[in-house]
Amino acid sequence: MNAVVHAQATRRHLLSGNEAVARAAWEAGVRVAAAYPGTPATEILESIARYPDIYSEWSVNEKVAVEVAIGASLAGSRALAAMKHVGMNVASDAFMTQSLAGVVGGLVIVVADDVGLSSSQNEQDSRYWGRFGHLPIFEPADSQEAYAMVKQAFALSEEYETPVIVRMTTRVCHVKAMVEFTGERVEHPAAGFQKNPRRWVMTPANAKPRLPLMHERDQRLRELSETSALNEIFQGADRRIGFVTSGPAFMHVREAFPNAPTLKLGFSCPAPLDKIRAFAATVETLVVVEETEPLLETEIRAAGVAVQGKERLPRCGELAPSVLRPAIKPLLGEPYAVPTRTQADVFPRPPTMCASCPHLGPYFALSHIRNLNIIGDIGCYTLGAGHPWNALDTCTCMGASLSMAHGMDKGRGASDEKKHIVAVIGDSTFLHMGMQGLLNMIYNRGNVTVLLLDNRSVGMTGGQENPGTGQDLHGQPAPRVDFAKLAEALGVRPERIRMVDPYELPTIVKLVREEVKMEEPSVIITNRPCSLTDRFERFKPYEVIDDQCTGCGNCIDLGCPAILVARRETVTAKNGKSKELAFARIDANACTGCHMCVETCAPNAIVQPVTPERVIRIQPHA
Amino acid sequence: MLDRITNILVVGIGGQGVMTAAEMLARTALSQGYDVKKTEVAGMAQRGGVVSSHVRFGPKVYSPQIDPGEADLLIGFEAAEALRWLAHLRPTGVAMVNTLRIAPPVVSAGLYAYPADPLAQLAASGIEVHAFDAGAIADQLGNPKLVNTIMLGAISDHLPFPADVLKDCIVEGFRAYKPKLAAINAQAFDAGRAAGRA
Repeated sequence: MNAVVHAQATRRHLLSGNEAVARAAWEAGVRVAAAYPGTPATEILESIARYPDIYSEWSVNEKVAVEVAIGASLAGSRALAAMKHVGMNVASDAFMTQSLAGVVGGLVIVVADDVGLSSSQNEQDSRYWGRFGHLPIFEPADSQEAYAMVKQAFALSEEYETPVIVRMTTRVCHVKAMVEFTGERVEHPAAGFQKNPRRWVMTPANAKPRLPLMHERDQRLRELSETSALNEIFQGADRRIGFVTSGPAFMHVREAFPNAPTLKLGFSCPAPLDKIRAFAATVETLVVVEETEPLLETEIRAAGVAVQGKERLPRCGELAPSVLRPAIKPLLGEPYAVPTRTQADVFPRPPTMCASCPHLGPYFALSHIRNLNIIGDIGCYTLGAGHPWNALDTCTCMGASLSMAHGMDKGRGASDEKKHIVAVIGDSTFLHMGMQGLLNMIYNRGNVTVLLLDNRSVGMTGGQENPGTGQDLHGQPAPRVDFAKLAEALGVRPERIRMVDPYELPTIVKLVREEVKMEEPSVIITNRPCSLTDRFERFKPYEVIDDQCTGCGNCIDLGCPAILVARRETVTAKNGKSKELAFARIDANACTGCHMCVETCAPNAIVQPVTPERVIRIQPHA
Repeated sequence: MLDRITNILVVGIGGQGVMTAAEMLARTALSQGYDVKKTEVAGMAQRGGVVSSHVRFGPKVYSPQIDPGEADLLIGFEAAEALRWLAHLRPTGVAMVNTLRIAPPVVSAGLYAYPADPLAQLAASGIEVHAFDAGAIADQLGNPKLVNTIMLGAISDHLPFPADVLKDCIVEGFRAYKPKLAAINAQAFDAGRAAGRA
């Protein structure tokens, strides 16, 4: 997924949309690129990082990334910021005003919508930002278009002095397709910052006169969109239905209805309404196929053109030929037979925390302490809500844990009187948007126990670096924030700042019990690295001594995927009630020797073989 | 060159090399002049979750995903995962399955049951099923990571281009990046090809 081919033009390359964006940014002479990791956008900056001509960085969050890009643009450099859809919420504060002030060096914001929610908390349709922020949008349908459109976006951004959004989705970012390079890097030296307070200082007096300029720019962009080659009509003989579509949805239309005339919008905001009206006149029924909101459909209907869309097509989730055919074929009076073979019924296989994951210890503790309301955040640790821990009660957005926990503390009702409020947040999430929540909780005298899970990684998106890991995007040494000092500087009393090794289960369980009883904020910081990064040192695997295992199931409660149930027995306990015993077995290939399970095992049935011979492959499931 | 689209679905669990195998198929098809699209939705799946990579090649490919009922070839790196994607296979489809069974914690803890015999269920649907223990072959060759080359060898007779084209692409790939592994991967490919015919 990440091999970028550094080659001359005209050769065919198999590239993902993200890799194509990186190549285009390099060719366009981009000098600064900033982003925060987020599926499906992460690989854009990881690919850009391989081009030494571009300064590229992981910023602490998407707002900072866009502001870094704006600063570079005002200095005359071409700049790019990349993020996933929810990143736009964070970054919008910056680009909503910069849309008014404008740009100097080309400024392109590449946003990756996670249509189908492969790894996100919602399915926002980022196309709305174009309307809301008066910003033009390009929508590539595949890697070749992503490559071509990013270069054109920089030209448009400079010609109209406006940030430009390139809106992608998972099915462009994470699909490898053929890309033909058509050029090499063209340098765009920074023209140097021209002081112009009446333009760059957005006080009301300066901002007011720029409002009509922005609306006038909108009109010029709309005229350009009407004639842009990016808005292309694909011919079709069967004129009973005509489609208007954009982005990868175009691919599904073309596959499911190859003979239908199709207007594909590459330059989709401002929408070319005249071109759409003229196209509608050439077909009997106009159908809009868009992911995911009825945005274009509403604009077309408002322009007085009869159109169908979301009354036939789903309002959410990914489109595909298998979705379009049953929804639209009836319009042609043609029945559509759904494939007969039914889905096989197979157990769910949800993602879970890994063997030796440093989050296993804290969640073992949380799942064994009563009377807790546990307010969570965005990261691998969100998986703590699932089996076997069931120890996370909320997850909303990056950094929300600390502020929501504070609100739950302040707003608690009588029934929550004895409840302790706990917030769980990762190192990268804390540095992204969590610090303010901790500061607010101190300043407003809240009472929350914070579990700051410092695994020295942006784990969920594949182990990227952040200001807490000591390395930058390029793996170079970088200053490392001291979380304990940071917590103290934000106002947490030193006595309430506790460092803990999450692998020492008794210690972390005792520590969490102690701190939740304190009537003031505490911060418990774990200090083991993510086990998928090379900071993690793998140890020798453990094994269960069968005849010593009592079947108590304590180690299985850890949730480590390397610990399996070998067999079950139902026995009648002394009090006459029947008890289910679950005898454990450790998969030697999966176990990485963190010894957490040893600490849960009273009869000491889990040992590390002194000289483990070549471990035979595990037997098929009993 | 086939005039229609060939759809290959590579499925398994995060970390098994599903993406790598799909990449090799995509690169080989590209080298034969086909238009190719390969999906790589991983996201959180790397944490032991379900991983699938769709590879589509032909004169011109539009949609990147393979729709239910359209897969010509299903390569399953784990038995239950192969069964999970049964509905994606064409009636004339072929399933090449590694008999490895990995029960996730939710099954091991008894919340769900591992299907008694996933391979029998696959075969009962009427499609052509081949299954063998690729892990055992990899162990005999001394490197568990050879599983995805073995699986590629196993399906190499079901492609619209000669098996050796795929083999050369794999071996050349290793010769360029990890020369020491070129020979063993050639062996693994051949062993997989033989096992796939059984």
